[in-house]
Amino acid sequence: MSPRVVFPNKILPYLLVAPQLAITIVFFYWPASQALRQSMLKEDPFGLRSRFVWFDNFERVLTDPNYLNSVKVTVVFSVSTAFASMALALLLAVMADRVIRAKGFYRTMLIWPYAVAPAIAGMLWLFLFNPSIGSLAIGLRWLGIPWDPLLNGSNAMILVVAAAAWKQISYNFLFFVAGLQAIPKTLIEAAAIDGAGETKRFWTIIFPLLAPTTFFLLVINTTYAFFDTFGIIHAVTGGGPGKATETMVYKVYSDGALNQLLGASAAQSVILMVIVIGLTAVQFRYVERKVHYG
Amino acid sequence: MIGLSRRRGVIAHIVLIIGMLVVAFPIYYTFVASTHSLQTILRPPLPLLPGPEIFNNYYEALFGGIGRIGGVNVWTLLFNTTVMALSIAVGKIIISILSAYAIVFFRFPFRMTFFWLIFITLMLPVEVRIMPTYAVMVNLGLIDTYTGLTLPLMASATATLLFRQFFLTIPGELIEAARIDGAGPWRFFKDILMPLSRTNIAALFVILFIYGWTQYLWPLLMTNRNDMTTIVIGLKKMISFADADTQWHLVMVTAMLAIIPPILVVLFMQRWFVRGLIETEK
Amino acid sequence: MATVDLKDVRKVYAGNVEAVKGVSIDIADGALCVLVGPSGCGKSTLLRMVAGLETITGGTVSIDGKVVNEIGPAERDIAMVFQNYALYPHMKVYDNMAYGLRNRGTPKDEIDRRVREAAETLELAHLLDRRPRELSGGQRQRVAMGRAIVRKPKVFLFDEPLSNLDAKLRGQMRVEIKNLQRSLGVTSVYVTHDQLEAMTLADTLVVMNAGVVEQAGAPLDIYEKPASTFVASFIGAPPMNMIPAGGDGHPEALAGAQTLGFRPEDARISTPAGEGGLTLAAVVEAVEPVGAESFLYCAAEGQHLVVRVAGRSGANIGDKLTVTTPREKLHWFDKAGRRVSA
Repeated sequence: MSPRVVFPNKILPYLLVAPQLAITIVFFYWPASQALRQSMLKEDPFGLRSRFVWFDNFERVLTDPNYLNSVKVTVVFSVSTAFASMALALLLAVMADRVIRAKGFYRTMLIWPYAVAPAIAGMLWLFLFNPSIGSLAIGLRWLGIPWDPLLNGSNAMILVVAAAAWKQISYNFLFFVAGLQAIPKTLIEAAAIDGAGETKRFWTIIFPLLAPTTFFLLVINTTYAFFDTFGIIHAVTGGGPGKATETMVYKVYSDGALNQLLGASAAQSVILMVIVIGLTAVQFRYVERKVHYG
Repeated sequence: MIGLSRRRGVIAHIVLIIGMLVVAFPIYYTFVASTHSLQTILRPPLPLLPGPEIFNNYYEALFGGIGRIGGVNVWTLLFNTTVMALSIAVGKIIISILSAYAIVFFRFPFRMTFFWLIFITLMLPVEVRIMPTYAVMVNLGLIDTYTGLTLPLMASATATLLFRQFFLTIPGELIEAARIDGAGPWRFFKDILMPLSRTNIAALFVILFIYGWTQYLWPLLMTNRNDMTTIVIGLKKMISFADADTQWHLVMVTAMLAIIPPILVVLFMQRWFVRGLIETEK
Repeated sequence: MATVDLKDVRKVYAGNVEAVKGVSIDIADGALCVLVGPSGCGKSTLLRMVAGLETITGGTVSIDGKVVNEIGPAERDIAMVFQNYALYPHMKVYDNMAYGLRNRGTPKDEIDRRVREAAETLELAHLLDRRPRELSGGQRQRVAMGRAIVRKPKVFLFDEPLSNLDAKLRGQMRVEIKNLQRSLGVTSVYVTHDQLEAMTLADTLVVMNAGVVEQAGAPLDIYEKPASTFVASFIGAPPMNMIPAGGDGHPEALAGAQTLGFRPEDARISTPAGEGGLTLAAVVEAVEPVGAESFLYCAAEGQHLVVRVAGRSGANIGDKLTVTTPREKLHWFDKAGRRVSA
């Protein structure tokens, strides 16, 4: 690129960045630094004074079986949600890539869940599957499947995963469709001439060439499952039954807002920050990789 | 097309139709439930077709008894949610476009510092700093205010990065030409940059409107008063699976009201939406 | 080895767009047949129907005497070189060439032998571990060729394989393709829009326009006896001069002829035309010396003409010349643009 041509003003640029910087500092950096500070403080039982305890809070959090449980719950929840949602979306995208007629119609019909708030998605699924009035729960019972997400932990997990994955299908679908469209048609034709059948073409040509899209979506879906699904957990299970669906983010909220354990909550916040930084770094590595097949 | 098999086309259509039904069913069934009486809903399974109570239910939810949701009517909640979604979308676009403009088209001390300060906020979503953010908001007296609901969500790295990316693709010759034609920074911004950014702005607007409309944790934390909260939170407060008091038919109408506006935005601005989604993640 | 026979092949796309309107071509075993024509003339569609990438609306395509209309591309035993090469970007050169053999269950050592042999022939041996993006345009072209020849198919199909190369490389690859095809003796169909490429490569040249074959035959036969005004102006550069020849102005005209054509190199200056020849009074409008020859752009009878003269031309703009062409070098066309013979 040619050297950037710029305007010579001295003051104007500061005025232009000022609004964003002000909001960023007041509402992002200040609280984040508070979280860092608090994660190393311990309050006395009456909340009157606090003292500096270095990494005590982290040590306690990381040895707390409840916290380790929430880590496990988060991993199970994220992996299942990402996998279910991406697999379904990929299947639908591959099929949509094949049809000629009604392509636009299918796309329109498949994108609305994106507009539904995660919490509402959760509530709708709970309405369908709650044991007393859920119409689909009756179907399950009729099939002889024991089902009670309000009392059974795995049932509850299945329900929140279903709701979270459902809501994310639209997003993954659109990206997979775009990814598939970016694969030159002649490659598929060359493979057909080379004697690869449909299934073989998918696994040896299409799937490897989709790898950048898949990898990108994996990061995005993990981030989504970690953070954006708070509403689903809060609205559907409240972390229950018996902490079976208590994810890390939900625990930060319940320890902090409900149980007032500020030090522990702050330490968990810091751990989450580290995870986001990791995910973001991975995501930006990907941007570099994107030129890969260019 | 490769090969001659008609079968694969048929299979593709069947899979898509099943997928479509699975995806659309929860929304459709919510609509169906919103047209039946409470008694019908409480005696599942619910019919697959809309019922006769559609008019009564919607009338009751919208105009019937005041203060159904903790003393607040649906209009207040819809109004709050609209304010939130619109201000976040518009505010975020303005703030981001200005800072991206400064970072791309000016050279000044600390430019890159500012850029990184903005960039790093990507790594600090609300979810990882819930309690201290709440404390800050309390200290600033922003709980239960529209400012509190919207202002902090207006700063985002994603939108700024998108505009920066786009601005960088504008050839330097264009600025040189504008300067030779006697245009200053403001004229250039207004006459050249804005018209070129129109599609990006439209695309981003759709994404941000939905982002604002579907917020959950933020309004949950920032509002104590029921008349300041959003329809999503209001809906949550209406539902209790444990007790039998839940007015399911009205809950379902409210759920429809909460999901229809963003769905309409997505459907009617589909082109921008798809583009915006794919662009913002580049 | 195989013949390729097309019988009244038609292609109608959705919306009643007729891309190919009944084409019949017989390609002899081992021959290189070039389909040439302007873009949109249906030549690529025809090739893709032979490949099995497009369904055939009407007529039959036979390979080696067997109708292949209902057979998929994999079973037709063909190999194709695409315009953009269509190399698999995630595979090394070796795997790109081996892929088709692996899909057909060829034994591993046989694959290895054939790939290395082809790589040797195409001077790709040192590139086998590279990925396509690490290769130059010419090298990618060779890999695409290699992928086709390792398969030892019955038929090669080429879809404008040289159009992404620069002029110098294109000339070089043209010669290589010709030699390779001849030494392997594989029946080939080659699509191009470049008439020079078509002339130099073809055993059989097929000139297409608007979905139909305008003329098919040996390249020089077509050059010397173009069947229509379209062929006359498409083959040869600069194109044949055309002037209206109806009415009384041209007593030498054959019966029924409406248009008269002569090639720039057949025109003479200030030389008697001889009996039945053409004589025109022309004014020079521009002179283009290109070294070994010069082109004179002239106006005559309200038409613009090009005359080729060897070496340097002494003519200047505004000079009045007499342009003549002997009788045997004149081409006559009727109202519909078809050739009229004496």
